[in-house]
Amino acid sequence: MSATIEFTIDGKEIKGQPGQTILEAAQQAGVYIPRLCYMKGLTPWGSCRVCTVLINGRPQAACTQPIAPGMVVESSTDKVNALRRNIIDMLFVEGNHFCMFCEKSGSCELQALAYRLGIAAPKYPFMFPKRELDMSHPDVFIDHNRCIQCARCVRASRDVDGKHVFDFADRGAHRRIAVNAEAFLKDTDLAVTDKAAEACPVGAIVKKRTGYAVPFGQRLYDKKPIGSEIEAGVKS
Amino acid sequence: MVASTIGLKRVVIEPVTRVEGHGKVTILLDEKRQVRQTRLHIVEFRGFERFIQGRPFWEVPVLVQRLCGICPVSHHLAAAKAMDRIVGGEKLTPTAEKMRRLMHYGQFFQSHALHFFHLVSPDLLFGFDADPAIRNVIGVALKYPELAVQGVMMRKYGQEVIKRTAGKKIHGTGAIPGGINKNLSIQERDELLKDLEQMVIWSRAALKLCKDYTVEHLEKLAPFGSFDSNHLSIIRQDGALDIYNGGLRAITADGKKIFDHVDNQKYLEYIAEEVRPWSYMKFPFIKPLGPETGWYRVGPLARINTADFIDTPEAEAARKEFMALTKGKPNNISMAYHWARLIELLHAIEKIKELLHDKDLQGTDLVVKGSRRDEAVGILEAPRGTLFHHYKVDKNDQVVMANLIVSTTNNNEPMNRAIQKVAQDDLSGHELTEGLLNHIEVAIRAYDPCLSCATHALGQMPLVVEVVDVDGNIVDRKVRGVCE
Ligand code: FES
Ligand code: NI
Repeated sequence: MSATIEFTIDGKEIKGQPGQTILEAAQQAGVYIPRLCYMKGLTPWGSCRVCTVLINGRPQAACTQPIAPGMVVESSTDKVNALRRNIIDMLFVEGNHFCMFCEKSGSCELQALAYRLGIAAPKYPFMFPKRELDMSHPDVFIDHNRCIQCARCVRASRDVDGKHVFDFADRGAHRRIAVNAEAFLKDTDLAVTDKAAEACPVGAIVKKRTGYAVPFGQRLYDKKPIGSEIEAGVKS
Repeated sequence: MVASTIGLKRVVIEPVTRVEGHGKVTILLDEKRQVRQTRLHIVEFRGFERFIQGRPFWEVPVLVQRLCGICPVSHHLAAAKAMDRIVGGEKLTPTAEKMRRLMHYGQFFQSHALHFFHLVSPDLLFGFDADPAIRNVIGVALKYPELAVQGVMMRKYGQEVIKRTAGKKIHGTGAIPGGINKNLSIQERDELLKDLEQMVIWSRAALKLCKDYTVEHLEKLAPFGSFDSNHLSIIRQDGALDIYNGGLRAITADGKKIFDHVDNQKYLEYIAEEVRPWSYMKFPFIKPLGPETGWYRVGPLARINTADFIDTPEAEAARKEFMALTKGKPNNISMAYHWARLIELLHAIEKIKELLHDKDLQGTDLVVKGSRRDEAVGILEAPRGTLFHHYKVDKNDQVVMANLIVSTTNNNEPMNRAIQKVAQDDLSGHELTEGLLNHIEVAIRAYDPCLSCATHALGQMPLVVEVVDVDGNIVDRKVRGVCE
């Protein structure tokens, strides 16, 4: 019998189990904490910081921080959301995210978060980096223009598919997703059925020849904002 | 929290600017200070062809809509027709083809209505020579409010058709390689049927207004900016007007066929483009005839001229009346474009009606695919004329070549001719009078080029006109309506 850990998020009483992260315990209680690099079934990574919450006033990543009794967590407040907006704003200008013709539009987590957090127009100047496409694989392609380096593909391939198709290359501002081959995705053992082929939250790793098949109004986030399934699904 | 997203604008970043720009006209004089040549300069945006290099081919029908804020549906469908062939899915299912046609007729309806009510009706209702301060859509709204309202409602109706077929009023995603991503629900159909009869009635009235005006002022209109030319369009196999599908047909000024039912894939054997050093925009011509005599007109006038008949009853009756004016020979009157355009307006709404009653639109078989090709051409009739899209795609699915000939480019030489005619008739000495400026504007407007897109809302064409003497000195210059 495991003990229950009690804490609060924005004043709401949450009961979690030992070993859970704040994000998991919140989710189980029907509280959505925005996230990007977190994906169910993958090892938490803690890199994007979109899940930032204040614990007793100090910023922490909810996807990696374990719960503790009596914690006072601040999540959906103006202050925390302003912080999250800033991160999203920077992600938008740091790559080339052209939502209006991107095939992931409407089902993209980055875009959906921007809407949910109330970002109407970009706040920072665009950097327009020069980035490449890798279209060499018959069924899956990489558009580096849209990569936000969440490492979901890296972890999915390594931890779920047991393949290690993706990894990071270079450092600092030049850091980018690379494939585990001489040069091209076609030279890896990636299969279209791999978890890594569907782990991307944005339009950077996409299955080929499937774009725009879902009409407006029926795309993932057309009807309800991202996170509402969590808020609707579970009673506290 | 959730409620806070309502009413927000979408995150939009524009990588490509629109095609439309300002028109600039240069009138070149000879030693005797007579008009030697006129040149219409339109800054045509061709950066797009480079922009899509390397992009996945299925992205193109969506991406290409950024080319134009006014006729995105034409580009969407022309690119989709090419990509159908790339995936070997050019034999569309009935549902897919009819949904696309409905989208296309919706766009014709809104584009033609907008052009007539916002841009042309001020010229007709107040006269070409009226002060531009009154001769605009605001003037129409003040003096003929019911007409201005009709214009707005008809445009809106066309947009509603587009929304229900493409998913959005502008920059939708409806057409995908090999088909369409949605059908028309019964509810959507019924919403469109609600105002349909009103649209038919207003279309008839607009056509009558334009026809009566043209016939009544024929003496003045017939020579205005007019000249003989070849005419080009696509045509249905049985010779009927068809704006979505068909082989290319070209006829001479007196109606002799130059070529007929030309396979779209072979357009390069029949159409070439001439580059002239003073113009960004190329000059297309019929290859076998050469650039001197091979240039041609496209758009409503050309289509009514090339068609043997129209397959909807009211538009066909109107076509017969139109052709009777020139005793069945092609009509070469520039100002007859407006009349022809309104015949098409009526045709579009008749077609919309026919399609809305077609059960195929509720079908669920939306996409077909066959064997892959690496090169394809998509041609259709856009509101302003024949539109060519040509692509090559490599084995990785990346676009490696794109060539587009847009409607306005096809009408490049004709627009230059129309301006030259007006300048020769009206320029006395070297002074640019308001009257001449008005006439140049009216002549260009007959062709409804995309440069007018930018200011559709106010109905004023931004225009710079310069008179240049034989030594290259600018002897007069007038600017009108250039904003931003
Ligand atoms: S989701 Fe927690 S850091 Fe990215
Ligand atoms: Ni246009």
